[in-house]
Amino acid sequence: MSLVFVQILNGLQLGVLLFLIAAGLTLVFGVMDLINLAHGVQYMLGAYLAVAFYGLAGSFLLALVLALAATLGFALALEVLVFRRLYGRDHLDQLMATFGIILFLDQGVKLVWGAAPLSLPIPDALSGSVTLMSGLLYPVWRLVIIASGLAVAAGLYVLVGHTRVGMLVRAGAANAALVSALGVNIRRLFMLVFGCGAMLAGFAGVMIAPILSVEPGMGDTILILAFVVIVIGGIGSIRGAFVAALMIGLVDTLGRSFAVDILRLFMGPSPARTVGPALASMLIYVLMAVVLYLRPAGLFPAAGR
Amino acid sequence: MGEAAPIGSRAAPASARAGIAVPGLIFGILAGLPLAALVAPENYLLDLGTRIMIFAIAAVALDLVVGYGALVSFGHAAFIGLGAYAVGILAAHGIGEMLVSLPTALAAAILFALATGAVSLRTRGVYFIMITLAFSQMVFFTASSLAPYGGDDGLTIAARNTLLGIPLFKYPRVLYYVALAALAGTFFLCRAIVASRFGRVLRGAKENATRMATLGFKVYRFQLMAYAISGGLCGLAGFLLANANDFVSPAYMSWQRSGELIIMVLLGGIGTLYGAIIGAASYLLIEEFLSRTTEYWQVMFGPFLVLVVLFGRGGLVGLFARLTGNRHG
Repeated sequence: MSLVFVQILNGLQLGVLLFLIAAGLTLVFGVMDLINLAHGVQYMLGAYLAVAFYGLAGSFLLALVLALAATLGFALALEVLVFRRLYGRDHLDQLMATFGIILFLDQGVKLVWGAAPLSLPIPDALSGSVTLMSGLLYPVWRLVIIASGLAVAAGLYVLVGHTRVGMLVRAGAANAALVSALGVNIRRLFMLVFGCGAMLAGFAGVMIAPILSVEPGMGDTILILAFVVIVIGGIGSIRGAFVAALMIGLVDTLGRSFAVDILRLFMGPSPARTVGPALASMLIYVLMAVVLYLRPAGLFPAAGR
Repeated sequence: MGEAAPIGSRAAPASARAGIAVPGLIFGILAGLPLAALVAPENYLLDLGTRIMIFAIAAVALDLVVGYGALVSFGHAAFIGLGAYAVGILAAHGIGEMLVSLPTALAAAILFALATGAVSLRTRGVYFIMITLAFSQMVFFTASSLAPYGGDDGLTIAARNTLLGIPLFKYPRVLYYVALAALAGTFFLCRAIVASRFGRVLRGAKENATRMATLGFKVYRFQLMAYAISGGLCGLAGFLLANANDFVSPAYMSWQRSGELIIMVLLGGIGTLYGAIIGAASYLLIEEFLSRTTEYWQVMFGPFLVLVVLFGRGGLVGLFARLTGNRHG
């Protein structure tokens, strides 16, 4: 039973991580109608920058702040140089240009930091484990990730749902042209949304760096998962992204942990060991196909789309 | 969307002219390439040329649905993988006869296209892009976990396919011309489809699906059929790829591969069919030459793609048309 509990926590941790990445992706998608494949590299960049700044500053907190600032700066520069010209273009053009950015940055970090995986130490104060139940130890850092993710979710909920800027963002997602016609500087709004989204992805990268190896291409796998999340949740919907992220995190983690055991109830141990991992890996894609079959615009379709 | 513009009428004269000259030039070059063995090692040239033509088949097939049906599939690599794995798995069981493996490869790809297309075509736009990606990821993970057939590491094919017991593909030159014939067949088949009534319905649905439905066409069936044809042609590419590489691997169907196929189509020029051939050739040639100069060739190639998007609308075909003053498209 305690194993199930641990896996649920692990699933939540993956879920909030996916939410941090998917939040920016879904907003950029919803507000600017831009498919940004290069969102995953922001996550990778956050992790690399944190390692680099940690090497210079020697403090995790300082490295976190500097890495966030640098990710934001980099994202804004990218926005001005490239993305600004992609708004309103065909989705195919956006796929190709952002694919080019992925190629550039994946190789770029290899060029700067080498191909070998790097690591970032967990801050000393948070490096231990806590006893959640009798005989159940859980690493503090994973709890920190869950807590910070939930805090960001709450913050975004307030920001998007209950402030003037958030209102404009929601209005932009529903009808950008109309918002612009009402005299709002839509370009500045786009830049803000894009920068914040990239910074959130960078934040996810910094937080995960201590428990995952930091390596080129680490953003590519998570990007596809984030796309699954925003499509299931409904493009442009923060709430949908949150629900779908937790769903995907739990389904994926629990599926990988228990698929073999569950299949063993129906078949011999040897075929279960072969089929189990395959089934577990594709579970979330099956989930996505089923959701899209039943609700072709996701669970929480944003208004006006 | 022009007011009641006759569908497919735009750019008709230009594409009629380019419709003979450009493909003729392309196939002429490809047919004569083995003669260039005087300046480069022959096997190297043949390998590269074969690889280009195999991916060109897949790119042309993708252009059929993306360029003429506006169905942006982000999972076409799965069809290549299915075709390749059909060859690999049959070979692992000692069946190397292409009269068995080729129909199997085609059937696997077509059936998968019909099944996934039936679901995917319920969605539109971005959701279609993502659901096709999801299906290809399922195939990718299935192949990765096929432990009896190599799993993640892939599967080496001991002997290339034979035709009635004759080991034709053993000779690189034969494989090269078979690939050329397959590419020519694919190209002219797709062109005939595009020009036919079937193709007009497909293009009409791209412009305005509601209008076509109102005219009484079952748009969904046309799109599903086109998707299945496109998938089957990619299965053909997969069949050839497995024979050319003597190896199949899940990497053939990773999402990056599907992305590369889209880029080949865009790089050459979408919606022209021959543009897809030019795009596949340019992509693979640039990769070949840049990766020889530096390990970090993608640092140059990435920005190049961005520049093509920002400044080169219509891809290489569009660029060429602008340079020659040919107001195409």
